[in-house]
Order: sequence, then structure tokens, then C-alpha cells
Amino acid sequence: MRKHLRLWQAGLLLAIFGLWQVLAQPELLPPIVWDNPHRAAFFFGEPLKIFHVIWVWFSGGEIYGHLWVTLQETALAFIIGSVLGLAVGLWLGLSPTASALFDPYITAMNAMPRVVLAPIFMVWFGLGIWSKVALGVTLVFFIVFFNVYQGVKEVSPVVLNNTVMLGANRRQLLRYVYLPSATSWVFSSLHTSVGMAFVGAVVGEYLGSAKGVGYLIQQAEGAFDINTVFAGILVLTAFALVLDFAVTRVERRLLVWRPTQSETEPL
Amino acid sequence: MTIPAVTFENITCSFTARGDAGQSYTAVKDVNLVVGDGEFVSVVGPTGCGKSTLLNVAAGLLKPSSGMLRVFGEPLAGVNRKAGYMFQSEALMPWRSCLDNVTAGLEFRGVAREEARRQAEEWLARVGLSGFGDRYPHQLSGGMRKRTALAQMLILDPKIMLMDEPFSALDIQTRQLMENELLELWSANRKSVIFITHDLEEAISLSDRVVVLSAGPATRPIGEFTVDLPRPRDVSEIRLSPHFIELHDRIWHSMKAEVLKGYAQTRNRVSA
Repeated sequence: MRKHLRLWQAGLLLAIFGLWQVLAQPELLPPIVWDNPHRAAFFFGEPLKIFHVIWVWFSGGEIYGHLWVTLQETALAFIIGSVLGLAVGLWLGLSPTASALFDPYITAMNAMPRVVLAPIFMVWFGLGIWSKVALGVTLVFFIVFFNVYQGVKEVSPVVLNNTVMLGANRRQLLRYVYLPSATSWVFSSLHTSVGMAFVGAVVGEYLGSAKGVGYLIQQAEGAFDINTVFAGILVLTAFALVLDFAVTRVERRLLVWRPTQSETEPL
Repeated sequence: MTIPAVTFENITCSFTARGDAGQSYTAVKDVNLVVGDGEFVSVVGPTGCGKSTLLNVAAGLLKPSSGMLRVFGEPLAGVNRKAGYMFQSEALMPWRSCLDNVTAGLEFRGVAREEARRQAEEWLARVGLSGFGDRYPHQLSGGMRKRTALAQMLILDPKIMLMDEPFSALDIQTRQLMENELLELWSANRKSVIFITHDLEEAISLSDRVVVLSAGPATRPIGEFTVDLPRPRDVSEIRLSPHFIELHDRIWHSMKAEVLKGYAQTRNRVSA
């Protein structure tokens, strides 16, 4: 079983799509649930038609422009959100006064469902990519911020004292101890924050845009074209998987200094 | 008469208890201690008696509540720049490789990168770690991390070495190897050493003088013993010499009551 894990996983996927196709087929099943035989296909779509839509998108090249826009929004939201989160996290982590002052505001802003800000961003930044980037930034910022804040608080006092004894001044402490420690926390939340940037981009597109995969889905929904909606969802899922895989690769490169169980090799 | 490297003058350290500002805990009280230039002094005492507090005062990391600390005659203000500190627990920067950890101190002083690396390679070789420079701390064994920490401290050529139970986490064989290496490095370039330990054998085999502290709270030195064993020493062999055993007996005798007191306190604290 473990040896052919990938095969089994692929098989399971195939089985799910197969079952889906069969259940949605008009007049194949006796009409127990639906009185109209075409209703199942209307609500749930049909995998074969879905894959046809995807095929047309990729072979016709229509999808690439949309994917590119979504990717751009995700990347920008991630970068801007991370840099802001890192800067503010370091600042508040190192300044108890500022942290005490802003604490209730940070808590309130984090508790607020920030997706409702999307329409406001649309008014501020228009229907282009920047309103989506802004939404993504608000989502990414808090994840990175809380991680950095925690990271600064949890810097080992021994490492800190040792660095002081080696002659580091305040600026050098920031550069040699706080920043590396904080960035390692940012990287450990990389999966979540990239995911959030992606959510921000797609939700933003869905709520109002002229380009992007979220826009495709929203258009299809407006026309009750369930197959296209599912096609969009599948493309997004695949895209998210690719993104996640890329993040894992980057993470492995950047956190070589971190002990993991399989990597540790005491001499 | 040369000026002593470190002088503790009536040092007292009190801490306010956490969560209760009215309660205060006096860790060390009226400590007077003189460490000569080039002298190796060990400080032994029961667990939790404030040994590390004294060392932190000497390092300038902790400001005493009262009393004065002099470094080569000068009152200490801020961090003690003449001292290197070797901590009991892991103090290497985990995100820097072994070599980069050793160069850190030089980088802070603005030494050019090339030059810093050259010196660090030299020091790694001296502590037996050449070829391991590109490893990260987690890829090294406990003993190798201690060697790295030793090189990290010695590369700055401090006049005073403060060591807080540096080898207590190591197994006995590695520990004796490290002790011998420390003695070798020390005799090549005599610095003043304040070596904190709870292991009396380690204290005697390494030092010129052993200072015994009383149990806390309000710890103070209760005895000083000159160790007149010949140098160079081999720490595993010297433990068998009759004079060593006699010294050990004498010091242990003066410590015993305090150790029992300290033990009773810890036990009470646990049962309370």
C-alpha cells in the first residue's frame, strides 16, 4: 500500500470523478431525489464537461492571462503584507510602550472580518489588481505580524546575552539576532500566509473585477454555468497546490539551519 | 602588587518577587571577592545559591542592588568589555553556521570579513573543529557546540573569562577532554578566569583557588582554598593524587552543611 501510495491517491481521485460523472448522468438513476432528470447535472455539473471547459481554456490560451493576474495579486499581497507585518511586528515586539498602546487596536483589527473591507478597497483602488492586493495584504499582515511579534518575544535570552557579551550594539542586535529570529517565524508561517494572499486575490476578483480566475467563476455563476464554475474551482485548486509546492521548496532552502528530525545528524 | 582583574566590593543583589512587588529575594549579600590577573578561580556552591548572579554582575549584564564591581581597578559601568562569557546553556546563534558564529564578535568590532574568517578558521582548528565551519549548531554534538562557544569567546582575546558551568551538560569523557583543552589554552595565554561549577572535582582540578559559597538566599563566600597542585595538570590523572584527595576532603567538609541546607530548601519548595 505505502509503496504505491501515489498510484492509490490517483486512483481515488479517478474514482471520485467517476462516481460524480455517473451520479450526475441524466436518467441513469431512477428519479428518487430529483423529479427532473437533468437537475443533478444542473446543480453539480458533469466532470467530462468540466474537463472540456478546462481543456478549451488551456488550449485556447484564454486562461493564462487570468492566472497571471491572480498570481500577480497573490505575490504582491504576500510581499507587501509580509514586509509590513515584519516591520510592525519588530517595532511593537521591541517597544513595550508602543505595544501596550496599540494592543487593543491590533486585537480589534484582527477580530474584524476583513473580507467586508473588499468593497471599500474597490472604491479606493478601483477594479484593477490593487484592490485585490489590498485585501490580500490585510489578511497576510496579521499572520506575519503575530508570528514576528511572538518571534521577537521568544528570542532566547541566553543567545541575546551572549551576543551582547560579544560586543553587539543595539543595531547589531537587531540585525544579527532579532531579524533572523523573526524571519524564521515568518518562514514557518509561509504556507498560511501565501494561502491567505491567494484567498484575498480570488475573493477580491470574485467581488468585482475584469480579470482573474475569480472573475471567470463569478461570470459563469451569473450565467448558471455550473460546469465552468467547477472548472474554475479545479484550476484554482491545482494552482494552489503548485503554489504550496513552491513554498515548500523555498522553505527548505531558507531554513537549513533549523533542526528537523530527519535532518539532524549529530557527530 | 598588580591590580586585580575583578574585585567584588560588598555586592548585594535583591530581586522583587514576580507578581508581588512587596516581597523581595536577596540572592547574594555582601560578597567580597578578588580575582587576580591571570588567576583561575572556581566558585562552587549548592544548587540555586546565586552563582550565576555573581557572574552576571561581573559581566555587567546585571547591575547589583548595592556594592561595586571593579575591573582592573576601574568601576564597571554597562557591559564588561574586557570579559568573555561562556554560558551554561546553548548560546550560539542557531541561524549562523559554526564559522559565522565564531566570526560574529569580530564583525561587531568592524573587522573585515576576510580577516575575520581567517582568524575564525585558525580558532576552529585550535579547538579541534577544522572542517566543521559550515555546519549549523544543530548539526554538531553538544561537545562540538561547546568548542564553538569557546572559540567564539577566545577569538576576541578577552582579559577575563567568565564561565558558567560550561561543561555541565556534557558526558564525563567529553567533559574531561574539554577541561584539559581549556587548561591548555589557558596556560598558553593566561587570562583571569571565574569558573562557576557545582562539581568540586572539576573546580579543584582546574583552578588556582576555590571559593565556596553558602546556600541561598543571601549567599556569600564562606571559604577560600588555595589549590597548590603542580601545573601542567591532566584533569583525569590529578584526581588520583593524594594531595588532591586531601584538598577535596577539606573543601567538601566546609561545603557539606551548606549543600544539605540548600537541598532541604529545594525539597521544601517542591513539597510546598
